[in-house]
Amino acid sequence: MPYVVKRTGFYALVAFIVLFSIFPFYYAILTSLKSGTALFQINYLPVDFSLGNYEGVLSNGVFPLNILNSVIVAVTVVAISLFLAVTAAYALSRINFVGRGLLLLTILAVSMFPQIAVLAGLFEMVRWAGLYNTLFSLVFAYMIFTLPFTVWVLTTFMRDLPVEIEEAAIVDGASPFTIVMRVFLPLMWPALVTTGLLAFIAAWNEFLFALTFVSNNSTRTVPVAIALLSGASEQEIPWGTIMAASVIVTVPLIVLVLIFQRKIISGLTAGGVKG
Amino acid sequence: MASLKLSQIKKAYGSVEVLHGIDLDIRAGEFVVFVGPSGCGKSTLLRVIAGLEDITGGTLEIGDQVVNALTPKQRGIAMVFQSYALYPHMTVFQNMAFGLTLEKGTPTSEIDRRVKEAARILQIEPYLDRLPKALSGGQRQRVAIGRAITRDPQVFLFDEPLSNLDAALRVQTRIEIARLHEKMAGTTMIYVTHDQVEAMTLADRIVVLNKGHVEQVGAPMDLYNAPDNLFVAKFLGSPSMNILPATIERAGATTRVLPDGASAVDLPIATPHSIAGSPAHLGVRPEDLSLTDAPDAPFRGEVALTESLGEVTLIYVDIGRADEPFVAKLPGEVKIARGTHVALATKPQAMRLFDEAGQAIRLAMRRAA
Repeated sequence: MPYVVKRTGFYALVAFIVLFSIFPFYYAILTSLKSGTALFQINYLPVDFSLGNYEGVLSNGVFPLNILNSVIVAVTVVAISLFLAVTAAYALSRINFVGRGLLLLTILAVSMFPQIAVLAGLFEMVRWAGLYNTLFSLVFAYMIFTLPFTVWVLTTFMRDLPVEIEEAAIVDGASPFTIVMRVFLPLMWPALVTTGLLAFIAAWNEFLFALTFVSNNSTRTVPVAIALLSGASEQEIPWGTIMAASVIVTVPLIVLVLIFQRKIISGLTAGGVKG
Repeated sequence: MASLKLSQIKKAYGSVEVLHGIDLDIRAGEFVVFVGPSGCGKSTLLRVIAGLEDITGGTLEIGDQVVNALTPKQRGIAMVFQSYALYPHMTVFQNMAFGLTLEKGTPTSEIDRRVKEAARILQIEPYLDRLPKALSGGQRQRVAIGRAITRDPQVFLFDEPLSNLDAALRVQTRIEIARLHEKMAGTTMIYVTHDQVEAMTLADRIVVLNKGHVEQVGAPMDLYNAPDNLFVAKFLGSPSMNILPATIERAGATTRVLPDGASAVDLPIATPHSIAGSPAHLGVRPEDLSLTDAPDAPFRGEVALTESLGEVTLIYVDIGRADEPFVAKLPGEVKIARGTHVALATKPQAMRLFDEAGQAIRLAMRRAA
């Protein structure tokens, strides 16, 4: 096949994939900028530019509070998960104890339960602990799916760090905590950033637990708040407002990913190939 | 200044014992080299001394203190690792200062002084602000040594520190380590290597290890000249000592030995008459052999292969033993075609005699006496 055809075909495929992944978000932005009946016309290019939907959603009493709730929950989940995962990873990768393999497999197995399977039991626990309708219930519940993969990824990563470096630190008189904090952590930035971001995104987007464990409008997180946005009447679905809200909550993720882009890429390769 | 005393040191991983009761006294300020083939337990022994491995049995004393249960830091040791093991995210200065910064109460000026002093000794002052990745292998190893020096240890441990360096740098760094030992007079150094040149050149005393046992301890030339057993005889020297199965034909004030594939030789070794007729091993170092025209030369055969190394020529002679050739190391360039019939001779006192079990017969005499 001639070179030109191959080349064109390749870029056509690239263009298709990019279009396929970008289009839903592009269409959301487009819709969020429309107002009135324009919402129900199909355009693929911006015809209208109105920030009315954004003003609407941000001035709608509790939505800014919902964003704050999401930030609090996601940041807390990431912070606690990473702290527990780093310390657990040290034990699981560097200390020989009976049942280590079994424990690692159990951790992996936990992450395989579908959310709906644990929902009822978790609800009872949340009620029993008096966490119902608080953000702590969500922080607690989200750790169930963030901890297994953070522990697993960081354990794998830490196992690949040279043993000699740890031994050199032991000879230098460092305690295990000093080794983790001052020697291992600085070497683990790529892995921390990658797992931290994934945990953040998971907590940020979670819907089912957030819907079940919180009933108060002002304690809700963003995904539930958006789903429950209502229009003037029951028959009206406020597409413009929903799209504006969706765009607002997607932007922080995009910004985070762009900031840490280089780190993520090096993080993904760093575990695989020793270097 | 610290001496070490190892008494019946044992190390086992599960049911596998890798050190079978090592006894060793190391004097303060001595440079001791542990040498042996891979898997002989030399690195394990070093790590046991360092405190990186638990001791399964026996006692380890540093100075006059039993240190079995102490951490590496409390033992006052510093260690240089084969792979340098520098902290990749810290500059050279931070690497060298790390141990000191962990000690509460060391003033910054003192840390600064000690790091600069170590850097001066090792000539790495220009690199103090660099990260390890911006250094060459030789520089990295010097930083690793510097990190150990700043700790001002009682005992300095080296775990094959030169193995990762290229040949030229290895020689240079070896000389630097020898100099360092002179400068740090009084610091006990223990050095692990599989390289017999490093062992011979650096050591005050060599400890030859094999399968978790000490085979022999002694000054380098004593081990070379008077190996206690076949293992030590074959391990030191390059190429290895030629070992021929032999029969003792006549014992007495001198001993007549008939090696396989050669004619009888008389050795100036006194042996008890009782061992006449028993099997033995005769050892001859390749460098003690020379070409001869003498009709009574004991070792004769066809040249199977020659290797010219420049300053010496190795000739491999087939003396009728299938398993291993008989090697001679001749000075300078020697041109001999393959298949030439040659005769080799040596001085009688240069030959070593071992009993069937591999123990030097000189020793058997000493025990008997």
